[in-house]
This record gives sequence, structure tokens and C-alpha cells, in this order.
Amino acid sequence: MLHVAIATRAFRRYSTYRAATLAGMFTNSVFGVIYSFAYLALWRANPTAGGYDSVDAVTYVWLGQALLMTVALWGGGTTDGLAERIRTGDVAIDLYRPVGLVGWYLAADLGRAAYHLVTRGLGPTLLGLLLFDIRLPASTAAGLAFLLSVVLAVVVSFAIRFLVAASTFWLLDDAGVRVMSGALAMFFSGMVLPLTLFPGWLGTLAHALPWSAFVQVPNDIWLGHHEGALLAALGFQALWALVLLGACQVVLGAATRKVVVQGG
Amino acid sequence: MNQPLVDVRDLSREFVVRRRVAGRRRRVRTTVAAVHDLTFQVGAGEMVGYIGPNGAGKSTTIKMLTGILVPTSGHLRVAGLEPSRDRMTLARRIGVVFGQRTTLWWDLPLRDSFELLQRMYRIPDATYRRNLDTFVDLLDLGDQLDTPVRQLSLGQRMRGDITAALLHDPEILYLDEPTIGLDVVSKGRLREFLRTLNRERGTTLLLTTHDLQDIEALCDRVIVIDHGTSVFDGELSALRGRGGSSRTLVVDLVDEAPPIEVPGATHAGSDGPRQWLRFPADVSAAPIVAAVAARYEVADLSIQEPAIEDVIRDLYAR
Amino acid sequence: MAEAVVHAQRYVDIAWLWIRAAWQYPASFVMLAVGNGLINLLDFLGLWIMFSHLDRLGGFALHEVAFLYGASSLGIGVADTLIGSVERIGTYIRTGRLDQMLTKPVPLLVQVCADQFTLRRLGRITQAAVVFAWACTYVDWSPLRVVAAVSMVASGAVVFFGLFVAFSCVQFWTHDASEFANAFTYGGATVAQYPLSIFPREVLVGLTFVIPIAFVNWYPSLFILGREDPYAMPAWFQWSSPLAAAATMLVALSVWRLGVRRYTSTGS
Repeated sequence: MLHVAIATRAFRRYSTYRAATLAGMFTNSVFGVIYSFAYLALWRANPTAGGYDSVDAVTYVWLGQALLMTVALWGGGTTDGLAERIRTGDVAIDLYRPVGLVGWYLAADLGRAAYHLVTRGLGPTLLGLLLFDIRLPASTAAGLAFLLSVVLAVVVSFAIRFLVAASTFWLLDDAGVRVMSGALAMFFSGMVLPLTLFPGWLGTLAHALPWSAFVQVPNDIWLGHHEGALLAALGFQALWALVLLGACQVVLGAATRKVVVQGG
Repeated sequence: MNQPLVDVRDLSREFVVRRRVAGRRRRVRTTVAAVHDLTFQVGAGEMVGYIGPNGAGKSTTIKMLTGILVPTSGHLRVAGLEPSRDRMTLARRIGVVFGQRTTLWWDLPLRDSFELLQRMYRIPDATYRRNLDTFVDLLDLGDQLDTPVRQLSLGQRMRGDITAALLHDPEILYLDEPTIGLDVVSKGRLREFLRTLNRERGTTLLLTTHDLQDIEALCDRVIVIDHGTSVFDGELSALRGRGGSSRTLVVDLVDEAPPIEVPGATHAGSDGPRQWLRFPADVSAAPIVAAVAARYEVADLSIQEPAIEDVIRDLYAR
Repeated sequence: MAEAVVHAQRYVDIAWLWIRAAWQYPASFVMLAVGNGLINLLDFLGLWIMFSHLDRLGGFALHEVAFLYGASSLGIGVADTLIGSVERIGTYIRTGRLDQMLTKPVPLLVQVCADQFTLRRLGRITQAAVVFAWACTYVDWSPLRVVAAVSMVASGAVVFFGLFVAFSCVQFWTHDASEFANAFTYGGATVAQYPLSIFPREVLVGLTFVIPIAFVNWYPSLFILGREDPYAMPAWFQWSSPLAAAATMLVALSVWRLGVRRYTSTGS
């Protein structure tokens, strides 16, 4: 119950930045339009590229814009606050809380993600629906599976961002790591280009890396490309979520020992 | 008489605020006067305390004096210039220190910040070197010049910020809460420096503060502002004598005694042989002292001036 | 003119201090530079993968798209490096830093743009320059085309200067809407990375007359690459980039003045 309260509070806190949200929705929409035309041109030249048709491709673009902020692809979200608290040493207080630090920040991040999904996700998607031919989920079940997949995407992304923030314990400044992590997330999530277009080993590798859980997997579930293998797709995300959250706990343990030994 | 350095007449500044009103769905726009018909003059070489409760209009006034904010109405001249119109020209003739915000480069030695300011203000080399030497010496910053600012103590940083504001020989220095967060020693040293600055260079000081000891130590004159308008402007001693405030006669008797009763004063407490007698601030202490000395064996006598905090609280309460 | 030189000197003075400050954390600096380069490298890799699925995008071959891409990235890279800090104006207002700057005898725009100057975007400029240089080897050069290319890169940077300044000024009205500007700056750069022939005519018209992104690289590139204009716009547009740049800058400076006036007259 405590975690629900944390998530609700995070949702409310983000909802106070109204102008920022509107500005962000506008920006997502502009990029959605740009990429839609780029993909339309690509699929006009090659109508079956990556196993998508042009409707799939445009749908992919708008789903990507909807997920960009929801999964905090560029970093950001509640983990930024964590990095700041590590830098200032305030994290020592968090470490002695009775609630697990990872659970605490994850709950808040899910609240944040929910807010970004209904505003910066839904808003631009509706515009895309108005301007372009977009595919809707094949069934209610597919829609629900998509939502579940988005939740898992947020968890995987959170775990990676948590690890990035935790690097502050050792590096004192996570800006560099954050930019690197964002660059990799952008490319390997399928945000720059659907991973189905990646050739050969690069494609295989990209599909296996955790970042594909951010955008590519949820999008494919929406588009119905995982029919029959739906559980495998969700299982892939869940597996990465577990592995990475485990890594978070291990790193946190090491960091706690470091803080206790060195006093921050 | 010369033209005053700061000339403020009927100065007003209004803000449009939108706020929720019960029963209305949309926020209602209302106009609030942060500063209202404010008038005062400051002559060259004065040290003036500018005080008032939070939200009284202090920082709005400073913003107008420095040209950051355009007045809604009224007359405003600083060094003969209209601040908002001649902001950049004025900037060379004033110094500003915001107590809680540093203008220094966090990661670099003090010296680097100073050298940049030399270029920003186009200070001639000779002047720059002379001023830097003087202030470094007076403020005891010699060992800190090559230390990154982030490693300085709060007091050292404040002294750095004040040096930064003075390198270009400003005629007037605005100080916003200069001693906030400093320890007693640092406060004392800073006040001493500001007195020297005023005495030897004739720099005019306008000081906003919550620490009334700053005012007591530095300012001959106090302007008290409340609800955007000046409620007192005069000498510190006159402020003390204002209103219902009272002075206290501290009597040290040779032996313990029952509460002293003399006309014109009331007993305010006893502690062993020491007793406190309160009497109105505008009444002379002499007859009371005489009455006490005539009837009791007195070891020592002293008069406590009213605490300025109390006086100001009285002023605000009206 | 002499004033402008002095302002430029102040800009360099302030920027230089920030560079030295950044060097206090060399590891972070290097990672940021490499990370920024990586973003753009992977971005271009995406374009390259795209071309493994087709021969021509909107009628343009990979080396031609690379030419457009390089020119656009160079423009925004230079603009972002030199004045990207203007994006933070809302933060400066909130923290009171803008007030501090207003008490200094250096033009506010110079101070804002030079503030927190960072060379880490050099990664982007380097990457853009490499792509552009590679694409240039396919161009059939003539003296006139060299002139056009130089004018294109310079004008492109100035157009992005203008867009950064003009749209960041929105924050004088709503402090936390910094992302709004991204739609026009980074969004503009993204549009210009593609041949504009992939967009409907209405988009091209908008990018010509409203937000002059088409002058960043599209029109001059048509001339340099010797391509026919698929939209048959007037041929003199191909030489009008400097004009568009000057107009953008003029508008941007006016908006800036409006914004500063709004700030000094409302104090918020």
C-alpha cells in the first residue's frame, strides 16, 4: 500500500508542471510527424521492409513517441533525484529507511510513467490517429498485453537508470554515464529505427539486449507481430527486469557498504 | 545641497497576480502594490539600513534601484541615471551582493572570477591590482585566492563575493543579507571591513538584513519599509525612542531587597541583588536614578536601550 | 561595430572560464564528449541501415542524403555549441541568476549564451563534419558551388542561432516550457536531415516561409548537388540562405528584446 501511495504522489507531483507537459506533447507530435513522413518514404521505396507495411511503420513511429517519455529513454525520471541525493550525501538517510530504496524509487517512477503515458503518450497518439493511417491493437487482449508490456518496459528502463544513477557513488558525477546510456538506449530500443530493419548479427544482438524491451517489444505486441509468441515476448522483458533489478540490489549493497565504511 | 546619490520619490511598483477566489472557477486577476509611494534620498557616503518584514517590498525596491525591474510610476534616479533605461551604464557604478547566491565560479580559484570581472567591467590594470591588493589584505583572502570557490567556507566565499562587487570602485554598494549564515567572528570581521570601506573610500552602503546587529554596527540611518511604503526613516537612536517602547534601568544593590518602588518606573524583575526597572523611553532617566540612589545602597547602575527588534515589532504591529 | 567586437571578446572571456571549469572534471568531460558523439554516430548509423533497405530516399541517394544530413548537423552543432545555453533561460529566471546577470555591464544575451559554455558538443560537430566531408567527395565541385557550400554552412548556423533564441524566449512567459523550443531547433535539424521531397508540399511551404528550415541546407544543396527542384520553387531561393538567416536573426533579436522587456516589467 505504501508503494501505491508513493506512486500516486509522484503522479501528482509531475502533473503540476502543466506548461512543461503541453510543450512536451507539442514536441512529441512534431517529431511524430517528421518520422512518419520519413518512414512513409522508406516503405514507399520498399513496401515490406523489416516485415512491416507502411501502416505498421507509421503506427510504430507514434507508439515510439508515446513511449519516449514514458520509459524515460533519455534518462530522467525519479532516478535523477537519486543521483542528486547521492551527490549531496542525503542518500545516507534513504539507506536507513525501513523501505527498500529500489522499491521506493521504482514505485515513484511507475507513478511518473503513468502520468507521462496518459499525457505525453496519449496526446500525440490521438493526433497521429487524426493525421495518419494508424493500426489499433487487434483485440482487447492485445491491448492489455501492450499495457503490461509498457509496465515491464518502464521497470527495465528504471533498473538501467538506477544503475546509472548509482554510478555516482563511485564517480561523483553521473552526467557522462547518463549521456552514454541515453545514446545506447536511443539506438538499441528501436527509437532511431525499428530493430527489425537492423541487418544480420546487429539485428540479433539488438533484439537480445535489454533496450529492445523499451520500445521494440511493446510496439510489436501492439502491432500483433508476437501473436503466438506473446508470452515469450513478455517473458523476455520480465527476465531482463528481474536480472537488472537484482543487479540494482547488488550494486546498492556494495554502495551501502561503501557509505558505511567511508561515511559517504 | 548636492544631488542625492539615490533619489526615490513617490515610487510605486504594482504586480498583476492571479489567484483563486472561493466560488469562482477561474483565477481572478488582481493588482498588488509591492511598493507604494515610496520616497527617500540617500546622500553620497551614507550607510543606510533598509529593513522590513518578508514581503514588505525590500527586494522589489533593490531590483528597481539596480534597473532589473521597471517602476510602475514615480521618480527614480541613481547617480543621476534612470536605472532601468541606463542599466548597463549604471552597472559600472554600482556593486551588488546577493547574500545567498554567489557570482563566483564554483570550480575555479577566486582569482579567475576576479580576472573575468576585470574584463567585464573594463577595469584598468593598475586600478584592478590596487583594489585587489587592498581588499585581499583587508578581508584576509590572500591564502584563498588560488583555492577553488567550492572549497571555501561560507564566510570566505562571502568575502570573495564582496571583493568581486567592489573591484570596479562602485559609488554605491547594495548588500542583501550579507551576514546570513555566518558565524559571529566572520560577521564581526565583515562589519569592520564595511565600516573601513565607507570611511576610507566614501562608498555608500545600502544594506538589507534580518540581523539587526548589522544595522546597529553599521548604519547611522534606518529606513523601515512595510507594505511597500516607508514607515520610518531616520537615525537609529530615534527609532529606538519611537513608540511605546521602554528603556530598562538595571540596578545592582549591595544587598538583596524587596522590589524597588520609585515614581515613574515599574519593577520588572529581580535576581538576587540585581533588579530591573522599566520606564518609558521618552522619559529622562535622571530623576529615577536619583530616586533609587536616595533610597537604596546602590553598587552599580546601567541603562539598557530598547532592543531594536522590539521597536520594529512595535512599528509593524501598528 | 567596435561594440560588437567588445561583446564578442566578453563572450570568449566568459566561455573560456567555463571551459576551464569543465576541465576540473576531466573524466566527466571526456565521457560527455564521447557520449554526444556516440548519439550522433548511432543516429547516422540508423540512416545508413535505412539505406540498406532502399537505394533512394525521396529520390536522393545515400551520399546526397549524407550531404544534407552533414550540413544540417553542422549548422545546429555550431549554433548549439555557441548559444545553446539560451535554452536554460527559464531556469535562470527561477534561480535568480538572470537578476545577477542584469547587474553586470555586459549585454544579457552575451552572458546568457556564454553561460555554462561547454565544448562537449564538439563530438556532434566532429561527427557532422566527417559525414559532410565524406559526402563532399561525391560532389562535382565548381568555384560557384564552393561559395554556395560555405554560405550554406554559415547561414545554416545563423538560422539555428535565431531559432534557439526566438523559441527559448517563450520561457519569459512560461518558465518551464523549455521543451517547446526543441520542436523547432532539434525538430528543425531532424527535418533537414532528410530530403524535403519526402514531405508534402504544405510542409515545404511552411519550412520556407514560416520557419526557414529549408534554407539551412535544402535550397543551396539543390544547387550544389546539381539537382532539379522537385517542387519547382523559384531558382533564386537557392541563393537566398544568407537572406533567410539575416531575417531569422532579426526576428529572434526582436523577440529577445520583447522577452527581456516583459521580464523587467513584470519581474517574473
